[in-house]
Amino acid sequence: MSQILVGYDGSDASRRALDFALAAAKSANTGVLLVHVLEWSPFSFLTPNEIEERHKRRKEELERAETAILAPVRALCENAGVSVDTAVKYGHIANTISDMAKAENVAQVIIGRNGHTEAGARIFGSVAGSLAQTAPAPVTIVP
Amino acid sequence: MTHSTLRLGALATAASLTAAPAMAQSIDETVNAAFANSTGWFVSFIFSPFPGTSFPWIVAWLVIAASVFSLYFAFIQFRAFPHSIALVRGDYSDPNDAGEVSHFQALTTALSGTVGLGNIAGVAVAVGIGGAGATFWMILAGLLGMASKFTECTLGVKYRNEYPDGTVSGGPMYYMTKGFAERGLPGGKFLAVLFAIFCILGAFGGGNMFQANQAHAQLTNVVGEFPGWITGLVFAGIVFAVIIGGLKSIAQVTEKVVPFMGVMYVIVALVILLMNFNQIGAAFGEIFDGAFTGKGIAGGMVGALIQGFKRAAFSNEAGVGSAAIAHSAVKTKEPITEGFVSLLEPFIDTVVICTMTALVIIITGQLMTDPATGNYILNEAGTAIQTVDGNGGVALTSAAFSSAFGWFKYVLALAVILFAFSTMISWSYYGLKAWTFLFGEGKTQEIVFKVIFCIFVVIGASASLGPVIDFSDAAIFAMAVVNIAALYCLMPIVKTELDSYLSRLKSGEIKKHV
Repeated sequence: MSQILVGYDGSDASRRALDFALAAAKSANTGVLLVHVLEWSPFSFLTPNEIEERHKRRKEELERAETAILAPVRALCENAGVSVDTAVKYGHIANTISDMAKAENVAQVIIGRNGHTEAGARIFGSVAGSLAQTAPAPVTIVP
Repeated sequence: MTHSTLRLGALATAASLTAAPAMAQSIDETVNAAFANSTGWFVSFIFSPFPGTSFPWIVAWLVIAASVFSLYFAFIQFRAFPHSIALVRGDYSDPNDAGEVSHFQALTTALSGTVGLGNIAGVAVAVGIGGAGATFWMILAGLLGMASKFTECTLGVKYRNEYPDGTVSGGPMYYMTKGFAERGLPGGKFLAVLFAIFCILGAFGGGNMFQANQAHAQLTNVVGEFPGWITGLVFAGIVFAVIIGGLKSIAQVTEKVVPFMGVMYVIVALVILLMNFNQIGAAFGEIFDGAFTGKGIAGGMVGALIQGFKRAAFSNEAGVGSAAIAHSAVKTKEPITEGFVSLLEPFIDTVVICTMTALVIIITGQLMTDPATGNYILNEAGTAIQTVDGNGGVALTSAAFSSAFGWFKYVLALAVILFAFSTMISWSYYGLKAWTFLFGEGKTQEIVFKVIFCIFVVIGASASLGPVIDFSDAAIFAMAVVNIAALYCLMPIVKTELDSYLSRLKSGEIKKHV
């Protein structure tokens, strides 16, 4: 049985999504794939100093994502008896999760939702909304 | 030429002094006199003409180099142009490297160091003295300069220093020392030290004082006359907050606003051209005509050529070595890809943006011609072309744009100040890299440089245009003297890199990721 992909960023909403995914994984007897996406666009603008430090910062950001965000919940999954894989990616959040879901051929995608109003989602776009439109697998949005 | 700009400068000072308070007069005047006296010899040396002619050797040096690189790499600027665009679009970027600096970011950051007053004020100086014909030579120099930029940026990335903490330092100083050692050539260290000294002067001159000076000119143009040292102190304060205080937000805001300003500038210029589309043909006629006849300007055809070449070099900095410092900070597996990306810079900077400025000035009829002969009418001193309102430099550009859209002078003032500021931030980085190359990496060394940098902001805003523009040009061209000498010695290395890359691109070893 293929894995269940969970978008996880350390927020309360993503924590609720993870809890929901763990229950689903248990009953389906499969593992979860925790994906943490660092928002990044190759078409943004940087100062000369930022360019010089970018490689170093990227290393720090990846380490921080691993130790501060993914490590604590990895233990939680293992305690729940669910096998867990993790990935840290840079990019547009919805697109990256969608690409990852395709590449890993996951059974479903589960993500949390911060209580955006409809107007807010219209103006700023919402990760959940974009994923629902683009993901290659069924998407569950946990409120 | 030196004298002509000096005289223009003196006129500008005289004009600005009439409304300024007496004490401010004396501060600005003292700074100006001391500055002109102490830098005059350096300026005269760099711009000395070939014996018996009025052609400065430095201009020939730059153009010959750009032509040599163009021929040596078989016009790489045209052959690799589509591939350069594909690199910037990210077609060849490995998704696993996401989060590292992209080619687009490297390009825009290097561009925000060069797109600035050279494109707005510098071009106005060029056509104001050299007539419409200067535009032709400027475009030609821009196209050739793409090959110089390609050569230096490839070397900059190849020979940079990478430190254990992940940061990097690179630029001509490093390819001079390491590249020369690798090829078994003597004198690398000497050239590197010389380059670093000139780079620091360039950072204080074109990268700082010229910017502060023209930002002040633009401010007085909008709000009325006031002493330059006031602008200088305010600017110095903000620069201080950013480069010493580590106030990143200002630099980040500038870095994000500047590209939009650049795009907007080009769009407005295009709109003005479209509004006068029936004169576009005539404008190009004037450019070609003036390029080969001079149309009565001081120095004739050679005068137009010198102005065009000088402004192109000052604006896109090809062969100067500054872009090599900017690009060397980018983490990439293939040094040559930075070379490909960098060759777009002279194109965008000179062939697109500078040409827009020139066309708008020409098409809005700022340069006065004699209806009987079709030649330009010169000012009383015979050194520059008479303009409609007697403007020169940034004020001329402002007048040209405002003749179509009255409100544009406010937008232009804001653009000039932001461009000036982002250029200063970039050059403070280039200067700092040269400084730490000479004096070693360390916090104290950095602070000393940054404090001196801020002091020069005040000097630049207080001095008059003539001495400042002469010193800025001289320092930046001095960098090119040393840098190009090194590029000649190291160009076979770039050739090897290029051949290897192109064959792997052809064989499919380097592939697209989209």
